[in-house]
Amino acid sequence: MTACPTGAASLKRNRAKPRRVVDAAPFPHRVLPYFLLAPQLAVTVLFFVWPALQALSGAFYQTDPFGLSQQFVGLSNFASLFEEHSYLRAFRVTAIYAVTATVLAMGLGLLLAVLTDGLLRARGVYRTLFIWPYAVAPAITGALWVFMFSPQVGAGAQLLQAMGVNWNYILDGDQALLLVIAMTAWQQIAYNFLFFTAGLQAIPASLLEAAALDGAGPVRRFWTIVFPLLAPTSFFLLVMNSVFILFDTFGLINIVTKGGPGEATQTLVYKLYQDGFQNLNLGSAAAQSVVLMVLVAGLTIVQFRFIGAKVHYQ
Amino acid sequence: MKSDPLRSAGLRHALLILMAVVVALPLYLAVVAASHTPQALLGHFPLLPGDMLLDNLRTVLSVGLPGTIPVWRMLLNSLVMALGITLGKLFISILSAYAVVYFRFPLRMAAFWLIFFTLMMPIEVRFFPTYQVTANLHLLNSYSGLILPLIASATATFLFRQFFMTLPRSLVDAARIDGAGPIRFFIDMVLPLSRTNIAALFVLVFVYGWNQYLWPLLTTTDAGYTTVVMGMQGMINAGASFALPRWDLIMATALLALLPPVIVVLLMQRWFIKGLTDSDK
Repeated sequence: MTACPTGAASLKRNRAKPRRVVDAAPFPHRVLPYFLLAPQLAVTVLFFVWPALQALSGAFYQTDPFGLSQQFVGLSNFASLFEEHSYLRAFRVTAIYAVTATVLAMGLGLLLAVLTDGLLRARGVYRTLFIWPYAVAPAITGALWVFMFSPQVGAGAQLLQAMGVNWNYILDGDQALLLVIAMTAWQQIAYNFLFFTAGLQAIPASLLEAAALDGAGPVRRFWTIVFPLLAPTSFFLLVMNSVFILFDTFGLINIVTKGGPGEATQTLVYKLYQDGFQNLNLGSAAAQSVVLMVLVAGLTIVQFRFIGAKVHYQ
Repeated sequence: MKSDPLRSAGLRHALLILMAVVVALPLYLAVVAASHTPQALLGHFPLLPGDMLLDNLRTVLSVGLPGTIPVWRMLLNSLVMALGITLGKLFISILSAYAVVYFRFPLRMAAFWLIFFTLMMPIEVRFFPTYQVTANLHLLNSYSGLILPLIASATATFLFRQFFMTLPRSLVDAARIDGAGPIRFFIDMVLPLSRTNIAALFVLVFVYGWNQYLWPLLTTTDAGYTTVVMGMQGMINAGASFALPRWDLIMATALLALLPPVIVVLLMQRWFIKGLTDSDK
């Protein structure tokens, strides 16, 4: 999902620009293109379309855990899902998690981008020092941080305890969520830093010079020129960070908290995993899959709208 | 002009170095842990690395922990999965982009939108029904089952399509006058010209493939297929089950798991950033 912007951008941009491809076919072959498309379409149908249809139909049936009988139940899977206390709680946890980790990661990414922008020396070194966490798997990030904040042996935990904090994220739900948010932000700083850096470099120097000549100080220049011009980048990052937190943090949570303590760190994806594979509640799992698909579809549309708007304003 | 603290390069460097240290801290502590004996990790945490790093790495690579396979086999599984996903994605994406850009055929746009549909379906969203399909196809506990459901890619297809559309029409016209067919043109012109795009996508997809966790966790119950990222859970369970927790070995494994994608990203930094930000130019 990380590379998603590429596709969205290309599609939209091509729509906005005058078409470059002449409509006459470069090659007249009629059968060859089907062979070229066949592998991609086969994978798509087998592992995307078919599962999606299965989820859709499964969401309207109630199956017993052994898969022996099936009964059409209409929308009742969805109805009971949204009445379920722990599902609503998973929504809330996911929302809090997404908002706080996104704000943290974007804020720090922007700070780093602004600090490195315009430096004469060592920019490449800093870039290397800041981007490597992007390549670490969220599950491994979880392992590093679990060790750091493990109440018994962790260096971070010892530091917190020495400062008088009663640190035990294994028992304290708020601490667990806080820990998960912190490591997610750590993981995502790299991504935000790179995009903000690109955004800063796209701002014409002449604009800033003109403002400086008019007497605007650096702080004023940042808030009146740089910050508004970064708005499209920020909006894009808002969507991408949310997508990451919604869907790519399963491994991290599985390693660190397993959704606990209680359900304090149970996100939507984690709940689907538990209901589908541990509680074998197939009807509910199918309904949850459909809800997630609708969520992603919504985010994808938002992303498209935004990229369209950006091309327009530029 | 107002004076600005950020204008001073010295202060900027100081702040940046501080941030870099904070970012590097989890990695440093992992190195420290992996280079000590488990006894040394009890009580106050050592501040400096010890001398056991190579011993610990050797232990996990060749033996692993009780109940886990040796880490060298996990690394091998990860490599097979990551390369399979990467090459598979690049292969099917470049072919479909070529078909969509260079040919006109019935249902062309339908095919295009079908591929677009996959954009909305990361594995984390569709894992539950996809698992059922994969099980029906008898692909659980196999490399194909690990790889195939992850290789459809709208992103890569769109990137190639976008690039192909920037190639001048005269290129293909000239090739046709010279008598080159679509396959010759693809091999002799399109493929070499796509080198940088392929490199950029390679880095992104390799990292994506190597770092998969949920899908291997679901589809491989046979320990022989454990990948190193997904094996982390078992490592932590096994390591913590000792009377003396073996964080030294767990962290040594974590280092081995994160090193390959980090090295690929850092060595191919230029391509990585190109792949990541191509859309945002």
